[in-house]
Amino acid sequence: MRLLSLVLLLIVASVAIAKEAELASGDDPAVEQRLTALSKELRCLVCQNETLADSQAGLAEDLRKEIREQIKAGKSDKEIIAFLTQRYGQFILYRPQVTPTTYLLWFGPFLLLAAGLVILFRYIQQRRNVISDVPLTSEERQRAAELLASGPGKERA
Amino acid sequence: MAKYLIPLVMFMVLVVFLAIGLTRDPHEVPSPLINKPAPAFSLPQLKAPEKTFTAAEMRGKVWILNVWASWCVSCRDEHPLMIQYAKSGAIPIYGLNYKDQREDALSWLSELGDPYVLSAVDEDGRVAIDYGVYGAPETYLIDQSGTIRFKQIGAVTPDVWTKQILPLAQELNRQGAK
Repeated sequence: MRLLSLVLLLIVASVAIAKEAELASGDDPAVEQRLTALSKELRCLVCQNETLADSQAGLAEDLRKEIREQIKAGKSDKEIIAFLTQRYGQFILYRPQVTPTTYLLWFGPFLLLAAGLVILFRYIQQRRNVISDVPLTSEERQRAAELLASGPGKERA
Repeated sequence: MAKYLIPLVMFMVLVVFLAIGLTRDPHEVPSPLINKPAPAFSLPQLKAPEKTFTAAEMRGKVWILNVWASWCVSCRDEHPLMIQYAKSGAIPIYGLNYKDQREDALSWLSELGDPYVLSAVDEDGRVAIDYGVYGAPETYLIDQSGTIRFKQIGAVTPDVWTKQILPLAQELNRQGAK
């Protein structure tokens, strides 16, 4: 009896898994794969911090549908992204294109890094000057010799 | 002395940037469609499904396209203002009924009043995608040549209407009359 129920359970589970795989892959695995890859690069405008691939918003579903149809129509990824940015702007891209308006976004961190390096090198240079070896004058040398000669404990007294 | 002022100055700069950041609404994404031709469409009308409405029909007029839906909560908030603006007769307001059920949309209009000259039905949201709609209500001001001149994402407020939409429409009408 136990064995029978276990077998039944396994059958049910495998059917469920098969069903799920079928749903996930849709009718054309190649199309779905491209859709997933593309929609991971795109922002859902309703939720803003989710990708189009993850979002359950109505608009995200519509846009995925639109992209799926465009892929089937033989459009390239570039054409599809152009289609979307024409309508929703660069904001839809998680990786904005390099244009004059996004120069600061792309190169700003490197600018900060360069500025930081310049400041660091200057600081090190300055410190090197401060702690560089200055030879003792003869007076200082004499005083040092006196202190050493006076022996431990005596000088403090 | 100056050495100790540097962190303070840097902190002040940061505060200014953050303060500016707080005043901006992250949901308002600048539309790339401003000063671009309004996408063409041909859609059935809400009250007369056998008739179509096309954006091309509106050539030569300054008009407003207001995206709405009966399921959209902010549209309900905006609605009384739309009725008021429609009554003023300043600019003809056309509706784009976005991903809605016809019965729901019709009962919404009969319950709350209909500010629209007519509403076009965008059942699957295709036209809305062309217009870059991502949060209804959205409002477009379109000029005589069919160019989008202004876009409001979210409900139009009296402030936006009197300070931006109305003056812009009047200016466009003046230019068009010449």
